[in-house]
Amino acid sequence: MTVTNPSARQRRMLSKRRSVLVAGCVATVMLSAAACGGSGGAGTTTKDGFAQAPQKDGALTVWVDATRMDAVKLYQQQHPDVKLDIVSYDGDANGSNYLQTKVQLFNRTGKGWPDVVFSSQNNEVTWAVDAGFAAPLDKGLIPADTLGKFANGANNPCTVDGTLYCLRNDLSQAVLWYNAPLLKKFGYKVPTTWEEYQTLGEKVAKEHPGYLVGDAGDSFTPEIYLWASKCGANQITGPKAVTVNTTSEACTKMAKLMDVLIKDKSMSTSGVFSTDFGKNLGDKVLLMPGPAWFGGAVFKDTLKTPAQQIAAAPIPQWKGDTSPSTGNVGGGTWLLSKHSAHLKAATDFLKWVTTDNAYQGEKAPGFPAYAPAAETWLKNQSAAGYFVGDLGALKDASSQVWSGWGSGQFSQEAIWAATVKPGLTQGKTIVSMLPDWQDSIVKYAQSNGYKVSK
Amino acid sequence: MTLSHSSAGSARRRPRGGAGQSRAGVAFVAGYVILLIAFGVLPTGYAVYFAFTDAGGTFTGFSNFVTTAQDFRFTDAVSHVATYLVFWLLSLVVFVVGLALLLHRLASGTISKALRFLFYIPGALAGAASVLVWLFMLDPTVSPVSSLLGVMGFHTFGAVIAPGNLPLLFTIIAFWTGAGGWIVVMYGALNNIPQDVMEAARIDGAGSWQTAWHVQIPMLRKWIVYMVILAFAGGAQLFVEPQLLSLASVGVAGRDYSLNQLTYDFAFQMNNINGAAAVSVELLVVSVSAAALFVARSGFFDAD
Repeated sequence: MTVTNPSARQRRMLSKRRSVLVAGCVATVMLSAAACGGSGGAGTTTKDGFAQAPQKDGALTVWVDATRMDAVKLYQQQHPDVKLDIVSYDGDANGSNYLQTKVQLFNRTGKGWPDVVFSSQNNEVTWAVDAGFAAPLDKGLIPADTLGKFANGANNPCTVDGTLYCLRNDLSQAVLWYNAPLLKKFGYKVPTTWEEYQTLGEKVAKEHPGYLVGDAGDSFTPEIYLWASKCGANQITGPKAVTVNTTSEACTKMAKLMDVLIKDKSMSTSGVFSTDFGKNLGDKVLLMPGPAWFGGAVFKDTLKTPAQQIAAAPIPQWKGDTSPSTGNVGGGTWLLSKHSAHLKAATDFLKWVTTDNAYQGEKAPGFPAYAPAAETWLKNQSAAGYFVGDLGALKDASSQVWSGWGSGQFSQEAIWAATVKPGLTQGKTIVSMLPDWQDSIVKYAQSNGYKVSK
Repeated sequence: MTLSHSSAGSARRRPRGGAGQSRAGVAFVAGYVILLIAFGVLPTGYAVYFAFTDAGGTFTGFSNFVTTAQDFRFTDAVSHVATYLVFWLLSLVVFVVGLALLLHRLASGTISKALRFLFYIPGALAGAASVLVWLFMLDPTVSPVSSLLGVMGFHTFGAVIAPGNLPLLFTIIAFWTGAGGWIVVMYGALNNIPQDVMEAARIDGAGSWQTAWHVQIPMLRKWIVYMVILAFAGGAQLFVEPQLLSLASVGVAGRDYSLNQLTYDFAFQMNNINGAAAVSVELLVVSVSAAALFVARSGFFDAD
């Protein structure tokens, strides 16, 4: 299997490189004798589907982003006897690839890997398995009945060749967020089809210019609109195979809809996190298709929309479409290191952080991937009273994410940002840029070693 | 080595105290030599070794060079860096020399001192920090000069960082960060031009333009060549400016823009350290050749 191959190759590489390293050590011995330790680590035992390092006592190293810091702190509070070494990092936001960079370096030095890592990207396993970093979780570490309670398809991005290598932290299914009192004041109804959505957008442009029915300026824009429209831009068909077609009817009709609304200025091209949006457009949001985390991260925290205004409805569907579909934007994952010398403690923490109600049900900012925790979470959101009505639309949407859009090693968000976004700024239409977009996806996929079909 | 040679010579000439002095000299140079070997020579050798081998350590000839050159981003990155170098070197030579001459003309001590200080300040900020300053300057919603950007037709950050503007933006950022130090260096060099030469020029009836063009600039030539060599090597390694811009713009501009960013991608995102080493060896060869050309054509090492 591919899993054993890279590590064997790495060991061979390390031994060859050791001779070079020794020469280096001799010369630099005055500077840092300590830095030249070998990889060590003989005496592994194969258990739970992988070769485990000798287990030791000591602190459990956990890497999290700023948002997940609360989870680790809560765990420490509830488990004062567990020694934790908490490291905060950027969680790979915006494609910074910090984790990947570090793991490559740790693989070279043969030490330093964190035991458990949170990442805000859900495509980490596409490299972490090949790099010999992510441990298989469904071969004994996490019980099958726990895994069975995750929302349907939640752990699909974590699965490589049928083996599970990470656990989803939260789901990011797209819904239609809207400002309930404002919509009532203007006398509009929540659109249920994309056709109605477009008509409403054109109406808003005429009757209430300046107000917005959506935003098309983010790097994750394709994942909200084109994914929901079943556009086959990113059909991952195998570990290293992808089918790309951005000019199908499913893609062009959504692109046309967006072009009309962008021209009418009822769909902005700024991006919800841009300084421009926060300053000039923050209080102009009437409707906004967006992922589950928009509720907390965008409306509550970034735009500071007051309580009892924002509500969630199902994302519109094309007229006549029988199976409802929506898109998905990210949704963090937790990975466990194969090199961990504290597997027991690491597994306990991983189970707690992804499933326990104390964090996922009560404190988590996003929609939990673990279904029982999601129930509690929804109840708590209603009780907190920030949103109008309940967030039932999120629950329904969690199982409606279209499965034809995969998660590959190359970042679809980065490709959209670099290829389509500059054109939007210059006033080009999305329809006119669809072929360029496809071209760019194909190039990135190929340079990452993917076999591309169209 | 020339080092032991000269110290032996000086020891013979000055028997007393000379031994101590030469030991001190060796100690000073040794510190540099050790650092040079540890952080310059060894990593370079390591990179060359990587560039000609594959992940398993087998010799592969030029295949790493060929595969990286065939990457779809490679030619773009080369042309980006080339355009940037043209902008950067031209602006550096013209404005640094111009400003240094101007500074030298200013007889008044206080103004000259104040200006030298002002020129130098941006250089005192660490590289990445000064780039961050510019990210604020260039975003019309938060920029202190947003009205100026507005007059030029830029109303959003997206418009400012349109692909065509990038070489100019990076040049402005790099000039602001790096040129101040060079102005101070050139000013020092101008002060080194003997007074009698300047005096002779004035007696012969040369105006300020003629003095600058026929006396000062020719005498600065070696300093200018030195600056161009270092700026070329630095500019070819363009990385911080586009990388930070790509993070700030969430990937809209500056991603995979320069060759160095491409090596970073090869090494850490595509797990191809050997390809990354190949590109960095290419950069080394280009920079060293350019330096050799400049040195040979300018008589850089000729004695005065």
